[in-house]
Amino acid sequence: MKAKHQRLTLALLAVVALVGAGLLAAYALQDQASYFYTPSDIAKQKPEAGTAIRLGGMVEEGSIQRSADGVTVEFVVMDADARQKVTYTGITPDLFAEGSGVVADGRLDANGIFGAETLLAKHDENYIPRELEGIDMTSGRNKTETLVQ
Amino acid sequence: MIAETGLIALWLAAALTLLQFALGAIGLRMERDEYFAAIRPVAVAQGLFVSLSFLLLIWLFLRSDMSVKLVVMNSASVKPLLYKFAGTWGNHEGSMLLWVTVMGLAGAFIALFERSLRTRTLVATLAAQAFISLGFYAFLLVSSNPFERMFPIPADGQGLNPLLQDPGLAFHPPTLYFGYVGLSVAFSFAVGAMITRDVGAAFAKAMRPWVLGAWIFLTLGITAGSYWAYYELGWGGWWFWDPVENASLMPWLAATALLHSVTVLATRDSLRAWTLMLAVVAFSMSMIGTFLVRSGILTSVHAFAVDPERGSFILALLALYIGGAMALFALRVGTVKEGKRFELVSREGALVANNLLLSVILALVFIGTLYPLLVEAVTGDKLSVGPPYFNLATGPLALLLVAVMAAGPLLRWRRDNPKTLLNRIAIPILLMAAALFALALFTTGMSVLALLGLALAAGVAVASFAPLWKRNLRRTPLHIYGMVIAHFGIAVALVGMACESSFTEEKLVAAQPGDEIVVNDWTLQFEAIEPMAGPNWTALESRMTAQYGDGAIHEITPQNRMFAAAQTQTSEAALLTRWNGQLYVVLGEGDSEGRWQIRVWWKPFVTLIWFGGILVALGGLLAMIGRLRRGYMQRKQREYAEMML
Repeated sequence: MKAKHQRLTLALLAVVALVGAGLLAAYALQDQASYFYTPSDIAKQKPEAGTAIRLGGMVEEGSIQRSADGVTVEFVVMDADARQKVTYTGITPDLFAEGSGVVADGRLDANGIFGAETLLAKHDENYIPRELEGIDMTSGRNKTETLVQ
Repeated sequence: MIAETGLIALWLAAALTLLQFALGAIGLRMERDEYFAAIRPVAVAQGLFVSLSFLLLIWLFLRSDMSVKLVVMNSASVKPLLYKFAGTWGNHEGSMLLWVTVMGLAGAFIALFERSLRTRTLVATLAAQAFISLGFYAFLLVSSNPFERMFPIPADGQGLNPLLQDPGLAFHPPTLYFGYVGLSVAFSFAVGAMITRDVGAAFAKAMRPWVLGAWIFLTLGITAGSYWAYYELGWGGWWFWDPVENASLMPWLAATALLHSVTVLATRDSLRAWTLMLAVVAFSMSMIGTFLVRSGILTSVHAFAVDPERGSFILALLALYIGGAMALFALRVGTVKEGKRFELVSREGALVANNLLLSVILALVFIGTLYPLLVEAVTGDKLSVGPPYFNLATGPLALLLVAVMAAGPLLRWRRDNPKTLLNRIAIPILLMAAALFALALFTTGMSVLALLGLALAAGVAVASFAPLWKRNLRRTPLHIYGMVIAHFGIAVALVGMACESSFTEEKLVAAQPGDEIVVNDWTLQFEAIEPMAGPNWTALESRMTAQYGDGAIHEITPQNRMFAAAQTQTSEAALLTRWNGQLYVVLGEGDSEGRWQIRVWWKPFVTLIWFGGILVALGGLLAMIGRLRRGYMQRKQREYAEMML
């Protein structure tokens, strides 16, 4: 490092590092940020199969079906206008229930079924996942009053 | 009367804080020694009054005084004593009072014990500290009075949420708060030094224990929070890149950078402006952390907008402090004289690399955490940034940082020869190459990051002890041992992370009592499902035995708990810890055919993650004790020499 302009060099290094961080973040966000979808969003504009997305909505009444292996569930996530079929293998979270809100991370497969890798249900009466907040789910069951904080 | 006394004590403390600020500000302007002399006792009195106020609030909680609104909302007479006590700060008002109390005590402590700084700088530091506290006092007294009474007096309180009755949750927030406040003290020192144009080694030495202390608390807080999420959520993960986690990680990253640059400033009198900037950033991150957690903005941007008073208040404070700090920095950075110079290949050079990498990682976490909130606030679109972003963006940089960490302590200050560095680090590098080769040969399916991480950890574990090479171990100062242990702790944690992500074995089955589940070398026998009852919950418990190889048979009992009062269900995972890993069993739901979902993980060496975290904090503690002791000795010697003259 040239001793004469050491301070300037350091300042420049810091600026370069931060600009680099910004560019890296922009690149990674564009590539990796999983956008949040409601069933209506998927109905309107279907994300490509295999893209990581996050799906949120209400579990439809009477839609939960447990399959023969005992660890896979199929259910339908809905909002006011659309329905989306979901399959999940794993232990369902506490308070995962029909007529309740749910957020799922996963991907659509080629048949348009959403394969969930993780499920997040509202885990007590006062908490709802950020993404579910303010979504109209009146057509589910009358849970709106507990969903609006 | 207790509540009123508490409120009066709080008002008095606020008034004293105002006086402390005024004495400092006017005293510095008018150069009046009597003002300087008065500021110390005022700071001590402020600390005492705010502590009194907080103690009275604790007392109200312990007595379950149901005429106080805060107690009613957050406690109940049937709660165990420990949670009544912890309930004091388990809510918005109480935690803000805790914040100013720690802040006030820190001010009193500086006023009583800080002897190495110049008087003017000390006065400016105390004034800056008072200015920061004032904002929080205003916040408490105007919009969140913890001592508010309630009428009519209800029969009992409402704070029964069982999820909050956990020792981890009771002591996790204060640990982080101590860290946050420590950083704000460090920031006050930086402001004080900037105001009096006294940025140099003495200032760095006075600031360093506070940075170290804050960093130790943050390290412990993050480690404990990670373990809590691991055993409590039942998901088997140990870090989720949740915004609340990031809110504690960001100040830690900034504090880590500051800790290393303040050492350069204290030892070599280099990186002056740089250290000031990092102090500003570290404080800003702790304010942003508080804002994220306290304003409710994370639960929903919407809720924040509906009840904007609190959130807006913190946001205004945030803008005022950070903006003010940046402005002061911009105004004064020109007057900070350039410190001593150094060559690229030197201890300073490695520490600059450390600082740059930490800053970039910090920026990436910051953007990932705030971007969704910003997008939602501006456009209303909901967007999620999750682990894929954070792992991809920060993982490689973190590994690079660990590599620099191995080499840095082996370099000489000011200037060094790259070839001699290569000699010193040859053994760790060879070891790392061997580990990489062996792992690539004998394992399959490891991710590149985990593979590199594990190999790097092997090299770093050895390299971290290299600074002790050829030293007289008895005469090696304590802070060197601290550094060695902290760096070794990073390697240990890295081994845990890489093993957890690569070698975890998992099985998900629907099993009936009598079934056998085999995972790795473990054999689990599912014996029965039984109902259970606790003080305020009922549960289904599965009785199982687990055997590792031919070893002893252990009984484990994962549960599903139902809390009647709160309509809440939680799963209590069963953990079995061996020296080489942890068995993690979760009970799911039953079906109509009498089968139960059971999820079993065998996580080799996962405990090293938190063990490493504890080592890092321990290293910090040793360094702090060593530094404080050395400073004390030096002062004594100086005083003795002066006396002799």
